[in-house]
Amino acid sequence: MMNTKVVGYIVIAVGIAVFAILAASQGLAVTLGAFFTIGIFSFLYKDNPYYKFSEAAFVGISAGYWFVSLFWQNMYSKLFVGVGAAYHTTFVQGGGWDDRWMMLIGGLLGVLMLMRLFPKAGWISRWPLAVVVGATAGLYFINYFVSNGILQLGASAGPLQRYDAAGNLDLWATISQAILVIGTLSGLIYFYFSKEHKGAFGGVAKIGIWTLMLTFGASFGYTVMSRLSLLIGRMDYLMSDWLQLIN
Amino acid sequence: MKREVPLIITAVVGIMYIFQYFVPHEPVSRFSDWFSDWFGIIQAFAIWLGALNLMKLSLLKVARRKKDWMYSLVTIIGFAAIFIVGIFFSRGANFQEPGTRFMFIYDNVYDPLSSTMFALLGFFVASASYRAFRARNKEATMLLLAAFFVMLGRVPVGDMITKEWLQLPHWLWLSNWADWVMNIPNTAGQRAIMIGIALGIMSTSLRIILGIERTFVSGD
Repeated sequence: MMNTKVVGYIVIAVGIAVFAILAASQGLAVTLGAFFTIGIFSFLYKDNPYYKFSEAAFVGISAGYWFVSLFWQNMYSKLFVGVGAAYHTTFVQGGGWDDRWMMLIGGLLGVLMLMRLFPKAGWISRWPLAVVVGATAGLYFINYFVSNGILQLGASAGPLQRYDAAGNLDLWATISQAILVIGTLSGLIYFYFSKEHKGAFGGVAKIGIWTLMLTFGASFGYTVMSRLSLLIGRMDYLMSDWLQLIN
Repeated sequence: MKREVPLIITAVVGIMYIFQYFVPHEPVSRFSDWFSDWFGIIQAFAIWLGALNLMKLSLLKVARRKKDWMYSLVTIIGFAAIFIVGIFFSRGANFQEPGTRFMFIYDNVYDPLSSTMFALLGFFVASASYRAFRARNKEATMLLLAAFFVMLGRVPVGDMITKEWLQLPHWLWLSNWADWVMNIPNTAGQRAIMIGIALGIMSTSLRIILGIERTFVSGD
């Protein structure tokens, strides 16, 4: 009986040969994409070395991708270019103070963030962290207040009667609008946990649960559709772009 | 210094961000612009921390020949490859232009890997659907019905059944029911959830800005 290790080596050798032949015939770029696509899909069989290889590559490349993107978009464009332009304005052109000098404070805070790498000076990284936390808290407060709070309440608070183009009462649209308003209010009541869900309050909360169940069902169905659409996209990539079996 | 200064910074930055919404003029708007730029620069430095940490853990695993160390080596090589290519060989700040070496790796390695990771969820979602969509009680039945209308109404076979095979009137076509479920009950529930989230986030943000919530400065 053949050793399992030997079988493994044969599988790897055959796999490399197949991919090499396909890379030569279909192109290196598309074969590389197909190699990693099949690697991730191989998890459907079981957790295996091919999947682990693709997963490890994904981790490294994702980290590198974000590193490079943030370096060019934030560190280079804002800090290096900004301070360089400020230097030019102030010292070369003699134009005095330039607001972009303030980017140096951002750079200093960024360097302080790296102090986390040194255990004794790690506490100082809380200063840049405080800027991030404060900015996020302030930004989220306003964004959610406007987009999730005011706009949603405004959209719900309106006349229930709906009319068609001829000016007649549109019964179905009116019923739908009533369901929309009742559903929103009852859903909010369900989320109010400071009072026990009993009696009339409990009855309204029950309607809230039904509304939320319909929402979760619709959202779940929508998610299933989007995931399957991605799956179809990947299959199309393998069958059409790579192997060119379908046009 | 260790606790008070970060709390003061958080309060000042947070209040300025809120204030600039109501007073979008100089000098308030200028402060918020600075904070936004600093935020971006700190983010870029923060990813250094993450990347260095990942590299440290992976290198230690390789050096000590721990279990599955060879996959950590793949992670290191993957990171180094896109890092070197993206920083030195991809037209600098125009690294995302079509035809750069960075975009070659993005299009042929990163994009297939990330899309397939999400596509893989399609299979697990299918088995999760089986468990979630069993009509055990009234609530589960409503979940099932909403998902049924949305899924069948959004594919051509849904309308084929109601329109061509059963020849039902226009208002009974599955695509119309799918639209109605998405626009009315789904919107109602989404609004309730969104308003609830807004209240939760606003109260948490206020707690952070006022220094009541201070977990991020806890520790040594």
